Amino acid sequence: MSEIRNYTLNFGPQHPAAHGVLRLVLEMDGEVIVRADPHIGLLHRGTEKLAESKPYNQSIGYMDRLDYVSTMSNEHAYVMVIEKLLELEVPERAQYIRVMFDEITRILNHLLWIGAHALDIGAMTVFLYAFREREDLMDCYEAVSGARLHATYYRVGGVARDLPDHMPQYEPSRWRNKKELQRLNENRQGSLLDFIEDFCKRFPTYLDEYEILLTDNRIWKQRTVGIGVVTPERAMQMGFTGPMIRGSGVEWDLRKKQPYEVYDKLDFDIPVGTNGDSYDRYLVRVEEMRQSNRIIEQCIDWLRKNPGEVLAANHKVTPPRREAMKGDMESLIHHFKHFTEGYCVPEGEAYAAIEHPKGEFGVYMISDGANKPFRVKIRAPGFAHMSGLDEMSRGHMLADVVAIIGTQDIVFGEVDR
Amino acid sequence: MSERVENLATALRSQFADQLLSCEVALDEVTIEVAREQLLAVCETLKDGSEFQFEQLIDLCGVDYSSYGEVEWDTSDASSSGFSRGVESGSANGRLVFGDELEAATLDRPRFAVVIHLLSYKFNQRLRLRCSAPNDDMPLLPSVTSIWNGADWFEREAFDLFGILFEGHNDLRRILTDYGFVGHPFRKDFPLVGHVEMRYDEEKKRVIYEPVSIEPRVLVPRVIRKEGQTDV
Repeated sequence: MSEIRNYTLNFGPQHPAAHGVLRLVLEMDGEVIVRADPHIGLLHRGTEKLAESKPYNQSIGYMDRLDYVSTMSNEHAYVMVIEKLLELEVPERAQYIRVMFDEITRILNHLLWIGAHALDIGAMTVFLYAFREREDLMDCYEAVSGARLHATYYRVGGVARDLPDHMPQYEPSRWRNKKELQRLNENRQGSLLDFIEDFCKRFPTYLDEYEILLTDNRIWKQRTVGIGVVTPERAMQMGFTGPMIRGSGVEWDLRKKQPYEVYDKLDFDIPVGTNGDSYDRYLVRVEEMRQSNRIIEQCIDWLRKNPGEVLAANHKVTPPRREAMKGDMESLIHHFKHFTEGYCVPEGEAYAAIEHPKGEFGVYMISDGANKPFRVKIRAPGFAHMSGLDEMSRGHMLADVVAIIGTQDIVFGEVDR
Repeated sequence: MSERVENLATALRSQFADQLLSCEVALDEVTIEVAREQLLAVCETLKDGSEFQFEQLIDLCGVDYSSYGEVEWDTSDASSSGFSRGVESGSANGRLVFGDELEAATLDRPRFAVVIHLLSYKFNQRLRLRCSAPNDDMPLLPSVTSIWNGADWFEREAFDLFGILFEGHNDLRRILTDYGFVGHPFRKDFPLVGHVEMRYDEEKKRVIYEPVSIEPRVLVPRVIRKEGQTDV
């Protein structure tokens, strides 16, 4: 009889289930994982070093490219840490807009996650459904910033501009007849807020559709129940945050525990799991989408009633008004200096974290008083989750590794930075 | 919030007394500095001590303090010299260019440090801990992986990007840079454009590395303006 030995399997870096560029070196005993060694860094762009060589405002766009599925949340942490160093007050309306877009981002992220995760373990339909809804939300991104993904919408001191009064509409073309055009533009007759409100009304029904497809699905449960179990103690030890720790039953959400912006004025619940397996994390994330929907509805209500400024009036860090620039030399110089040299941030260090869709996303910044940061460190939740992959996958089958990558909600833009 | 931060600072001062090099409260955050020899003992108390219980290591990162506070364009003098002074390379205005050797003597602190961010779930508190590596040429610090297992990859990252060595880490490999990468890219004397560039060679039928062909350049010089300073 021939001798049976462990063998090593190379998974990725180009593998559809690796969610980007992940190379996994798997030591296998038959079909069982003995050790998993993730090789990351294939998407390393040195974002932090780049940020150290640019004035503060010019790096906001780079933050979008970290976790490119939830772009506005990344920007949020970055501008928040600068505001902390500057001790800058943000207008309340801007805070509500940020919270609303953070939650839109959370839904966007979780929709991609549910689609990709389900596709990885064999459910095709959810992916198509999820992308149908993502389309509407990306139109909201586009209406407010001009870009569907890399928005660069948040600014130090607020947001780039106020919400538009008109939702952009589909234009007639050779490929769309009148009836079709009318159907597409039906919910785009009013403002952006009307469009989002319409979405919020529809969205719970969509979520029910996903749940019908998955929650009691026999195959879905076979693939996720008892897979990648993490105890609360181990989750803390390994630095897990967000849905990864809530799935293990730890009730921890920065929006409740260390509220930033206006989260303390809003009404929402924090779902937690009990078993700490992939199935519980699925349930947690689906419920988070329902709660995000609730938060967005409350924000729409407030934003309707309270018009106002969306950028801080402290013109040391915000540009002058466009109208002032036309007839005023000083404003023109100010505008030029603002967009070339930027502004100086007082010497000091700060750490600001937000409840990102994937976990705790924080930015640690050291300033030596210059117009560029001295050191930027981005604390990406996915980095800590990825480091726990080895422990989570040991003793599971090869196919379960794919389920575990899916349940960790890995995006390599933020892991590799 | 700030009262709880003050309480934490007081508790830290009374618990560790002479083990802390400093304990500061700024912007609602507590920062303590610890000598290398004390790091493990302090960390153990921070994790298991009943009044601290920092169960989670949120972040660990390296910092290179060389060129701290140096500028490329001196703004305190009159603006007799123009913008180009800050942009042209090779000037002695503090910016490090290709092949520059760092003058360690200009620093009044050790060059490398590690900054750890801790989070306590029980008390809902955060703490920042800084530990400097005494030797600039071979920065060596004890590893905290035995206390917080999650520090594993963060220490690998600090080693990869800054060349800080962690004693007691059992798998200190590069993590983010390419296989066979030379140097530590986040050090301040490592140029932004890097040292090598990569392309596919049609004749050799493989990927080759060559010295970079692009010039490093600065679009916006680094300046420090103090409050109330008006000259441009």
